[in-house]
Amino acid sequence: MTPSLMAATARRVLQQIRRDRRTVALLMVMPLVILSLLKFMFTDIPVPPGADPTFDSFGPRLMALLPMLLMFVVTSVTTLRERISGTLERLMASPLRKADLVLGYALAFGLIAIVQAGLILAFSLSVLNLNFAGNMWLLGVIIVLDAILGTVLGLAASSLARTEFQAVQMMPAVILPQVLIAGLFLPRDAMPAVLEWVSALLPLSYAIDGINSLAAGDNNVWSEVGVLIAFIVGALVLAVVTLRRRTA
Amino acid sequence: MAAKRQEPAIAIRDLRVIRGSRKVIQDISINISHGSLVGLLGPSGSGKTTLMRAIVGAQIIAGGSVTVLGKTAGSPELRSDVGYVTQSPSVYADLTAHENLQYFAQLAGVGNAEIKSVLKTVDLHDIADRPVMNLSGGQRSRVSLAAALLGTPEVLILDEPTVGLDPVLRKDLWDVFRSLVKGGATLLVSSHVMDEAQRCDRLIMMREGEILAHSTLPALLKKTKTKDVEGAFLALATTVDTSRSEEKR
Repeated sequence: MTPSLMAATARRVLQQIRRDRRTVALLMVMPLVILSLLKFMFTDIPVPPGADPTFDSFGPRLMALLPMLLMFVVTSVTTLRERISGTLERLMASPLRKADLVLGYALAFGLIAIVQAGLILAFSLSVLNLNFAGNMWLLGVIIVLDAILGTVLGLAASSLARTEFQAVQMMPAVILPQVLIAGLFLPRDAMPAVLEWVSALLPLSYAIDGINSLAAGDNNVWSEVGVLIAFIVGALVLAVVTLRRRTA
Repeated sequence: MAAKRQEPAIAIRDLRVIRGSRKVIQDISINISHGSLVGLLGPSGSGKTTLMRAIVGAQIIAGGSVTVLGKTAGSPELRSDVGYVTQSPSVYADLTAHENLQYFAQLAGVGNAEIKSVLKTVDLHDIADRPVMNLSGGQRSRVSLAAALLGTPEVLILDEPTVGLDPVLRKDLWDVFRSLVKGGATLLVSSHVMDEAQRCDRLIMMREGEILAHSTLPALLKKTKTKDVEGAFLALATTVDTSRSEEKR
């Protein structure tokens, strides 16, 4: 790995994103719009005395999903574009190492993820009046890790996809099962044992576990954070390994 | 250095490439010597691009070997010594020419002076600050070429670098290629414009994954008793086809 080449790659990716104002707007504003929609959707639902308003319990969990979803799509399409335009082939014939490329991408999108997470938290607290019992910084950490996870899963998935069309299909394939069984709708221990076991293999489960425990006032989420980091490292390794210098 | 010049810059032995069930390259052996400008001619689908990809190490090969500057094609030590320009311009369309070159210069480990000089070489210094997507096809392919010139690699593999360029610019680029060779570089340039053959030191003619000829233009014309490259190609192709149909009988 060569840090200077990794940084050069990250810089180039950010230059590209900056040029594309519409993508920047979508990445930054879309999560806020969706969260507002969620808040609005629950306005007329009566809250039983003593229980949390529905948005307060649902919102933070959705905050983990949205950045992951968006970053996954953006990353997988961007890297696939690199493949189709022939620039990937050029890079693979250059002194750039595979890890420099993958980590450069992860770094660039990781920085975007931090900005995105900051916006989501600030907007939820100030505009949507989110009432969250746990530590906001830790919630921020989980959201950022989730977004980075979306990026690295996108990197790995785009290595498997051969066309942009396939890359977009990877989104439902990788993300939707997590939406269903990672504890977003139903607590994981309320599902059949098999599904609970399967959900333990999905990274989003740990993000949602962490957020649930923060919401309950328990700030000890280091094991969940550790598992998320392990998933990120694993997906990075997968992305580097599946990148091919030689093709048919 | 002298000893190094003895061996060919590019040595290909019994190279075979299979895609699906089709043999795209059929047992090619060829040597390209240091400091020569070699033209690779043939119709589209003849295997030119595949041969070039094998030389830069981007192609999965089914058999044989490709050695560049004494090392196996695609080995890490070669990556800064071999420049490759793909047929369709492989640069970032959403960045400017200058930004593209900045990135590729960082990868090649060269500075701003070098960026300026390659921009001049390909005559793009006036429009270097426009996004590549707003440039014409010919301008885009020159950005792509400029990126490969960064760091003056010893071996340059150029896949149809002059397609769609106006004749004046085409002449200028061939002059650039010639000056690179004078500076000691080895160039393999593919083209389907047979006229460009006269600008090369040697020619490799390909058809259906095989080599029809590898020689100088005068020798080729003499051997085939023809007046131009097009005629020589036809004569060689007809000979191959006739001998094949006789074999079948």
